[in-house]
Amino acid sequence: MLDIRNLNARVEETEILRNLSLRIKPGEVHAIMGPNGAGKSTLGNVLSGRPGYEATSGEVEFNGKNLLDMGIEERAREGLFLAFQYPVEIPGVSNMEFLKASVDARRKHLGLPELSSFDFMKIARETSKRVSLDAAFLKRGVNEGFSGGEKKRNEILQMMLLEPSLCILDETDSGLDIDALQVVAAGVNSMRSAERSFIVVTHYQRLLDFIIPDYVHVLAGGRIVKSGGKELALELEAKGYAWLEDEVA
Amino acid sequence: MTEQVESLIRKDYAAGFHSKIESDTLAPGLDEDVVRFISAKKEEPQWMLDWRLKAFRAWQEMEEPTWAHVHYPEIDFKALSYYSAPKSMADKPQSLDEVDPELLATYEKLGIPLHEQATLAGVAVDAVFDSVSVVTTYRAKLEEAGVIFCPISEAIKRFPELVKKYLGSVVPQKDNFYAALNSAVFSDGSFVYIPKGVRCPMELSTYFRINEMNTGQFERTLIVAEEGSYVSYLEGCTAPMRDENQLHAAVVELVALDDAQIKYSTVQNWYPGDKEGKGGIYNFVTKRGICHRNARISWTQVETGSAVTWKYPSCILKGDNSVGEFYSVALTNNFQQADTGTKMIHLGKNTRSTIIAKGISAGRSNSAYRGLVRINAGASGARNFTQCDSLLIGDRCGAHTFPYIESKNPSAVIEHEATTSKVSDDQMFLCQQRGLDAEKAVSMIVNGFCREVFKELPMEFAVEAGKLLEVSLEGSVG
Repeated sequence: MLDIRNLNARVEETEILRNLSLRIKPGEVHAIMGPNGAGKSTLGNVLSGRPGYEATSGEVEFNGKNLLDMGIEERAREGLFLAFQYPVEIPGVSNMEFLKASVDARRKHLGLPELSSFDFMKIARETSKRVSLDAAFLKRGVNEGFSGGEKKRNEILQMMLLEPSLCILDETDSGLDIDALQVVAAGVNSMRSAERSFIVVTHYQRLLDFIIPDYVHVLAGGRIVKSGGKELALELEAKGYAWLEDEVA
Repeated sequence: MTEQVESLIRKDYAAGFHSKIESDTLAPGLDEDVVRFISAKKEEPQWMLDWRLKAFRAWQEMEEPTWAHVHYPEIDFKALSYYSAPKSMADKPQSLDEVDPELLATYEKLGIPLHEQATLAGVAVDAVFDSVSVVTTYRAKLEEAGVIFCPISEAIKRFPELVKKYLGSVVPQKDNFYAALNSAVFSDGSFVYIPKGVRCPMELSTYFRINEMNTGQFERTLIVAEEGSYVSYLEGCTAPMRDENQLHAAVVELVALDDAQIKYSTVQNWYPGDKEGKGGIYNFVTKRGICHRNARISWTQVETGSAVTWKYPSCILKGDNSVGEFYSVALTNNFQQADTGTKMIHLGKNTRSTIIAKGISAGRSNSAYRGLVRINAGASGARNFTQCDSLLIGDRCGAHTFPYIESKNPSAVIEHEATTSKVSDDQMFLCQQRGLDAEKAVSMIVNGFCREVFKELPMEFAVEAGKLLEVSLEGSVG
């Protein structure tokens, strides 16, 4: 699915990721934890090709293809999805129009016919129910005037409609109350399958109570300093990150 | 990303072809003889010639306005030709079958089929080519309803009393420099008359096309809606690509009598000049409507073309309870300049006006909103709401707002909101991360920005306007 080998990346002049390697097989859920400034969000941004985030060396193979050679939209169409920490508003562009254009682009890439507006609306309405978003949100501008929780649920709605093969959730739990967190987690869990993998980036263990990971990695100073099973998250919750940083140093 | 957005501004002008049609074109120059020539060519009555000459004499005393936020080399008005007509129009065709096939092909190419069976369902079209109207469709059907829709040159001869009564009643000959010039040398345009209580059974539209080189186009449109009537009218404009600048100075007058409603929409796509700012149309237009009691005039404009635009569709809200609306999208790219907006003059009691202006600037272009809201002493209970939004694409363009508010009545309520924003890198990244390419992303963001205005356009044209924006922006992301 995803094979990251010795990845180095920088933002402007600052080196953020250092010799990072990570291998994710189909169906696996990997949690990336770590202190602030460890490069957690950078990983998602580099993988999705965000401008300003530059991979300086190393290789990333995604579904057998060289990910770093692809443009932003190409990566997306290949099935890489990034759920944003701070989803941006696009005033006046209806959510429905935006979602349909995205899904059409992905389907076209996969050699599938475009969905009719009627069929798409039906699917979109059903899916929005699954993340407890009223269908009225589909008619509103993309994230326009949405609360923090509504924006995050809208991200999960997009993920469900696009059916990506790799989902990267960038601190999706930040700013969510417990009810919203459960809705988001239930949405993610409903999408887990033998073919789909997840990278769940989070600062807190709380989210991992609801989305149970197969592996937990600790990112510090731009590299993975410790990997383990789901119990590692609990250990981090109890002990914090400082002891690991000491271990590395 | 910004660089990417910046380079989104390159796409060939699709309407830029020149048709090989033999024309009867007057030699360049401007004096009283030219005015007399045009009037004679149109076989006009003496009163019309006198009206023109009065305008011409006034124009000679006037100075070209320089207050607009636009810059262009001085125009030599004597170097232009003021009349050009396709030769085949000398014996005016009696039906579509007699129209020069090249002419019909030109309009086909522009996506405006003139054969009635092929036209947009329910839209009557008047096609004006250089200085003359070449064909008007659906006339029989409209006449059944008592609606007059014909070239103004024809109206002057067939309905002199109507024309005499209303021509110049909203935009007087001496109103401004360009209006005076237009009054002297206007060649053709459309005339619309909706009788009392009639709801015009279809959309009316006029397509203006400048074809000849070094020719100015000066069309004149007059729409009169009698008491309690309704009409929706749309104009579209295109021109070939040329290295020289061409002049277009139109006048549009709307008269909405008691309880009448006029909806006037424009999709202006004159040739904007090339990427280096060479060529393009100078568009100096005066549009104004007068609203009597309970009447309503809505101006909707989508301005994507022209090298220089100077245009302020306005409403005089004379009658009590009358309503004026102005919805505008002005997109400038490359080296285009636009200074556009509106004037809402509140005279009657409880008059209301709404102004929604959206300016989009890309490339090295400059776009300015200029608007006047005036509440006179007698306009008790008048209300105005103005919203002016500017969207910048890239970092070499400019957006400017010049709002003027004058209120002489303490009961008036005037609101003005303004915003300036950019197509942000984060918005672009969100769209691209969801699989949309950069061009689609920009056009979607820009279309979203314009939504409030597009929803005011008749359905068929809203789609057209959206596509036009897409084309005008193409190449601004690379």
